[in-house]
Parts: sequence; C-alpha cells; structure tokens
Amino acid sequence: MHTLDMSTVEVRSVNDTLQAENSTSNKAFLLENPLGAHAIAVGLDAPVHVTVNGSTGYYCAGMNQKATIQVNGNVGPGVAENMMSGTVLVDGDASQYAGATAHGGLLVIKGNASSRCGISLKGANIVVQGDVGHMSAFMAQAGTLVVLGDAGEALGDSIYEAQLYVRGTVKSLGADCIKKDMRPEHVTKLRNLLSQAQIDANPADFTRYGSARKLYNFDIDNAGAY
Amino acid sequence: MCGIVGLFLKNSELHPHLGVHLSDMLSTMSDRGPDSAGIALYSDASPDILKFTVQSSHLQGALDRMAGKTPFAFERKDTHAVVQCPQEDADDLLTVLRSEPSIRIMSVGQSIEIYKEVGLPDTVIDRFGLRDVSGSHGVGHTRMATESAVTTLGAHPFSTGSDQCLVHNGSLSNHNNLRRELIRQNVTINTDNDTEVGAAYLTWKMQQGATLGEALEASLNDLDGFYTFVVGTKNGFGVLRDPIACKPAVLAETDDYVAFGSEYRALVNLPGIAAAKVWEPEPATVYFWEH
Repeated sequence: MHTLDMSTVEVRSVNDTLQAENSTSNKAFLLENPLGAHAIAVGLDAPVHVTVNGSTGYYCAGMNQKATIQVNGNVGPGVAENMMSGTVLVDGDASQYAGATAHGGLLVIKGNASSRCGISLKGANIVVQGDVGHMSAFMAQAGTLVVLGDAGEALGDSIYEAQLYVRGTVKSLGADCIKKDMRPEHVTKLRNLLSQAQIDANPADFTRYGSARKLYNFDIDNAGAY
Repeated sequence: MCGIVGLFLKNSELHPHLGVHLSDMLSTMSDRGPDSAGIALYSDASPDILKFTVQSSHLQGALDRMAGKTPFAFERKDTHAVVQCPQEDADDLLTVLRSEPSIRIMSVGQSIEIYKEVGLPDTVIDRFGLRDVSGSHGVGHTRMATESAVTTLGAHPFSTGSDQCLVHNGSLSNHNNLRRELIRQNVTINTDNDTEVGAAYLTWKMQQGATLGEALEASLNDLDGFYTFVVGTKNGFGVLRDPIACKPAVLAETDDYVAFGSEYRALVNLPGIAAAKVWEPEPATVYFWEH
C-alpha cells in the first residue's frame, strides 16, 4: 500500500502519481487527509485501487477508467462525473449530480445522494443505498439508477432509455417518466447489480420506472412544428 | 459563485475563538470569490446599549468633526469604526452620524458588528484584525460579483434591520420589482444590489410580525432566483436554500457548534469536525438555531 498524505502533497501531484500507473498496474494507494479538496483521483486509467480516507470536494473520481476508488467519507458535487469504467464506492453521502453523464462502470453510494443524481446518465450503473434528491436521472440516456430509499421530485424527467429501480417512495415523476412492469429479465438484472454493489436486498421489493417514449420520439403528426 | 460561511457557537468556552475559526473558514473559500469580503460578528449583547458600525472612505476627517458633537467614543478599525451609546441616546447619535455625508452605517444593534471591504478575504481579515475578535456567532462572505458593482457597499453581509444580517450565494432575478414594492412600503434600500433587497424583504416581513423562520418561509414564494442564504440575528443563525438548490451548502453540528460552509473544505479545521454530524441542507427547508 502506497500512502500519500494530502495535508502535505498537492492534489495535482497526487493525481500525477495515480495517472502515471500503466494499464497492467494493480497497485493500491491510500490517500490520507483529503480535507475536502477538489478533483481527487480524477482521470485514472489503470486498474489501481485507491482508498480516500476522509471527505472530498467537487468531482472526486471524475472521468474514471478501470480504477476502483473507495471514499471513506462524504463526497462533494459531481462524484464519478463522466466515469467510463471501473468502480467508485462512497461510504457516506454524495452531493448533487453524482455520476453525471457517466458512460460505464459502477458507482455505489452507501448514504444519500442529493439532487440530480445520474443526470444525463449515458450507460453507467449507480446504486444508492439511501435517498436521492430532486431531478435525479434527468435526461438519462442509458444505464441504471437503483435507489434503495426514496426519490425526490421529478424523477427521470425527460428520460431516454435509462432504467430506474426504486424501493421506497417517489415524490413525483418527471415529464415522460412512468412506472413499468418488473419482468423476469429486470429482476435478474437488478439482482446482479445489487450483488455487484454488495447490497443485500430483494429485487421483488423494487418498482421499475422508465421512459414513456412520447417526448423524445419523432412523431409524424407533429411534423408541422419543426 | 461566492463563498459563504457561518459559525454558531453553542459552547461559550469557544467564544474567544470565534474570530479565528470564522476567518479560517472564510479564507479557505477565497477562490469562490475574489471581489470583496465581509464578516458579521455577534458578541455579548447588552439590552441598554446600542452599537453602530460605520464606514467611510474619508473616515478620519469625519471622526474628527463628529468628536466635538457627541460624547461617545469611536473605536476605529481601518475604514470602519464602532461607536456605542445607551439606547436613549441613539437618536442623538444618529443625527450626528447623518451630519457626515461620507458616513455609511453598516449595522445597528445590541450585538452585531459588520466589517466588509473590496479585496480578498485574507486582506479584509487582516485589515480589521478579525482573527482576534470573540463572539457567540458570525457569518462571512467572499463575493464574485454578478448583480451589482464591486464596491464596499456591494459587499456582503447586508444589514437592513437591528441585529439582522444576510449573506447570499446566488442571484435574485426579481429584485428590481421587489425593491420598488419595498420602497413603496417605506423600507430604506441603499444599493442596486440584489442581496440587499433580499435582506430588506426579510426585515420588512419581521417588522410585520413574522418570526425569522416565517420570513424565510415567505421568501420561498416571493423571491425568484438562485440562493443559498445564511442569516444572523441577535440570538440566532438560519440557513435557507431555494427549491432548485444548485448553490452548494454543507452544515455540520456538534455539541459545541453549528457550522455552515459553501463547501466541506471550509469546515475541515474546526475542532471535532471528524466526529460532527455533517449534512447537506435540503432544498426549500428552513434551518434555524437560537441561543
């Protein structure tokens, strides 16, 4: 385990060290005293394992590829933003737009995520053990958002083809987002995802939501409006 | 952007350290706003005494001229000065203050003092010696100007009522209309700044009999725009975010204090922060603590 103390080493230098690892590296790094700094462990491109001991600021683990990043604390806005692959685990709460525009990989948040979780999601899987705030999965195109707690207002507003599974209550659904049946393939998919996230829950307790496909489809009857 | 901080001390043993904690918190938020900075401090209130914080770009001349007109001494701090008088002499003192056209009254109250200037937080903190001050609670702001010019009077905190102050991250879009309406109600507003209108609105609501909590609730309907507010009163400290809540906010609470920061970074040096309850305030929800 390679330890970097962020009370003495600059963020830029920490990121330089982490980004220098090549695609065969499986080194483990421990980052101590993150002190809420921004952009910790961003742009990684190797299957390294990074543990951040404490809370972070904006954009932790942004643009991640291949790496596993575990945060033992809360994360600020935009955790795992635009993640391509790999895994990001947050022990505490996440601030707004967690996993925004993420294309791939898995983001697990053990606490709550606030507003706009998974906004414009493009293929990643997000599992939130607590609640998510308003406008979560706004314009989400692909991927999955699983919420074990409750969802705030306007869940899945203007959603495309992302899939949403919520175990608790949904305060309100956004435009063109509707409740859908849980077919056997959805139960299987959710069971796999919960297992990957190492969360013990029964897929049968969840409700699936997704696009009614009325808003984003071109409709010949509306041709005059274009 | 803008950065805001607040610290409400529940444990009086920490009162001597209010200035150093609040200064550290504000300094950490410097890169959220380089234009101006300010701090409002609340220290032991005395019911019979009124405190005025005044500011002038030509302060010494004004102080020299006023010295002959009032028996009360001015304690000068850079471009600001604090003068105290018994409640019954407040009108006389106010007349003297108003006789000097360059004098701006930053705050009036039993407890509040406000220090604010153009420049970075560290500069403002040093100029006014804010690390050395004690008190029960305080709020601070570092500004990235959007709605009005970068001037001393455009800096936060804004005080529009006795012992009241407001700091704001965001921008109000209906402030011109609301300013006109408030002026029609005989509310005094001194600047073109949107936040001052927000502060004056809360003061006006409280003059109508609302509690601070009720005034903040009402602002959810009457203020349009983006805001995270931190407000101070003689005994209390409140937080409100607009329903969209894109302006960041973090609260932390221990047995000794409640602390607010635009970011968690602002809180990392507070005593016992590792064991504090840390959370993000919910949108459109009023949070309030009182001594």
